[in-house]
Amino acid sequence: MQPLAQKLATIQWLSLWIDNPKAAGQNLLKQLLLPLIGLLAFLFLWEVAAKNIHTSLGQFPGPTQVYQQSISLVKEHRAERQKAEAFYQRQEARHAKKLAKNPDAKVKIRPYTGKPTFFDQIGTSLITVMAGFILASLIAIPLGIMIGLNSSLYAALNPLIQLFKPVSPLAWLPLVTMVVSALYVSDDPMFAKSFITSLFTVSLCCLWPTLINTAVGVSGVSSDLQNVSRVLRLGWLTHVTKIVLPSSIPLVFTGLRLSLGIAWMVLIAAEMLAQNPGLGKFVWDEFQNGSSQSLGRIMVAVLVIGLIGFVLDRLMLLLQRRISWDKSAVLR
Amino acid sequence: MNTKHLEISGVDIEFPTPKGPFKALDNINLKIAEGEFVSLIGHSGCGKSTVLNIVAGLYQATKGGVLLDGKEVTEPGPERSVVFQNHSLLPWLSCYENVELAVKQVFGGTKSKAEMREWIHHNLELVHMSHALDKRPDEISGGMKQRVGIARALSMQPKVLLMDEPFGALDALTRAHLQDSLMEIQKSLNNTVIMITHDVDEAVLLSDRIVMMTNGPAASVGEILEIDLPRPRDRIQLADDPLYNRYRQAVLSFLYEKHSKPDVPRSAPQATASAAPEKQADRQEKVLKEDPAGSREDAA
Repeated sequence: MQPLAQKLATIQWLSLWIDNPKAAGQNLLKQLLLPLIGLLAFLFLWEVAAKNIHTSLGQFPGPTQVYQQSISLVKEHRAERQKAEAFYQRQEARHAKKLAKNPDAKVKIRPYTGKPTFFDQIGTSLITVMAGFILASLIAIPLGIMIGLNSSLYAALNPLIQLFKPVSPLAWLPLVTMVVSALYVSDDPMFAKSFITSLFTVSLCCLWPTLINTAVGVSGVSSDLQNVSRVLRLGWLTHVTKIVLPSSIPLVFTGLRLSLGIAWMVLIAAEMLAQNPGLGKFVWDEFQNGSSQSLGRIMVAVLVIGLIGFVLDRLMLLLQRRISWDKSAVLR
Repeated sequence: MNTKHLEISGVDIEFPTPKGPFKALDNINLKIAEGEFVSLIGHSGCGKSTVLNIVAGLYQATKGGVLLDGKEVTEPGPERSVVFQNHSLLPWLSCYENVELAVKQVFGGTKSKAEMREWIHHNLELVHMSHALDKRPDEISGGMKQRVGIARALSMQPKVLLMDEPFGALDALTRAHLQDSLMEIQKSLNNTVIMITHDVDEAVLLSDRIVMMTNGPAASVGEILEIDLPRPRDRIQLADDPLYNRYRQAVLSFLYEKHSKPDVPRSAPQATASAAPEKQADRQEKVLKEDPAGSREDAA
């Protein structure tokens, strides 16, 4: 199916050039050339500006240094992986020897404890942000539906929502850290404490847009459709699933996309402040490290953070396209 | 015929407003027999829709009440299904699924899956929409949407079919088509129908009785006109029928001589409610629903 669809797409693309070269040209200009011009202009200005900024850690990194640093980060990652592999091979060989001597011998497999690389930190951050975001959505969507349907509940909870919505993650962090340390006590924890701390901080900060948008979407179901539901005497559950949820889906997704954006921003800040593993810690470590390469490596992290944020948003958009009934809506 | 099928007796309704209660309806009395087609006609803002909403159970009368087969109407229900003016189909469901939602709700316990499927097909067939089962409402025309809306209402097998200006938002040609379809369905199913309309021709063509309402506030039933034209009725033949024209004239004279709106000059070209004034009328009707105080000034 896929190759055929691709083939069709190429043909359509070609036929546009044959039928209307002018429009096709304009299309190309708009879709490809203009963003490219913007990007090149930015790179140029960056290079010029970077040359004129001298910090105590050396010159501010321009595009070239950033490129070099990103290459070296990849190399470091590969080197670290090779070390880990070598470590496991040695361990296995040792165990094999031991077992050959005495088949009943107990062998303990120890994990490799090297320093996490840039890419390991990306992975940690991604897992944390998704966990925090999913937890927040699991709370915010049902709660949003409830306060959207019930105006008394809304009146009761609205002051709290308004109060907690503007709170910065940094203010929550010490409290969350202390509470997690006090309550999450176990000899064999399933998750690291740092993960739990980051997760709750992210959830606390990012559930508000989803909550508010869901509530607005749910309470804004058109009165005509509500009358249909009343005439049909739909039960509560059918009313919610057939009428309320579909009509509030666009706003729910607006909320989810805002939430995911906030979650990603909050997570980096929380990781920096709490020294929890992740991209934020990477940035902070490099800053503390203070070598001549540090600023370049931080800049790589900045760009990667931006790129991941962008990709996350696009993924949510894809999900919305897939789930929403209104395929004609313009989604940006 | 059972003349006490549907009974609206002594219905008053008051809406609370900041300036005190606003009385929209005053002592509405109406008895409707089984299988009868009754139109409510009157100027916009007179409370026609309010009467319909009370029968539907969407509004509660302040005084008096509605009896259907001897039982008081206290809440909305599928035995009094409504065809809404703006079709009110669920935009995320296909035509078939829109009807299915109603059928499952009403016959979920009594009909088997296959029977339900057949019943849905049957109802969509009745309104000539079998060709668009899987289309979404935004993929079909306004007239088609209203057809599906009618199919959904009919599929509940209602004791009374309530139609709130069902063809008001359609162009004249589509409206004529749908009127013909409605007559055809009415002939085969013999439903009890209450229809609200602004259109004098529509009222005379379709109805057994036309209930003309006085202007609000505190609107009541002004006159009731029996339409004794043989069925099936044909709009082209009727155009020349003296009796038909006398009925038309009677309704027009009620609306534009006895109970004309003070703010509408009598010579205004409103004899056949055309699209533009109807749109204006919708707006006023909404004003009545949301802020009855506004329409009081309108009528004063």
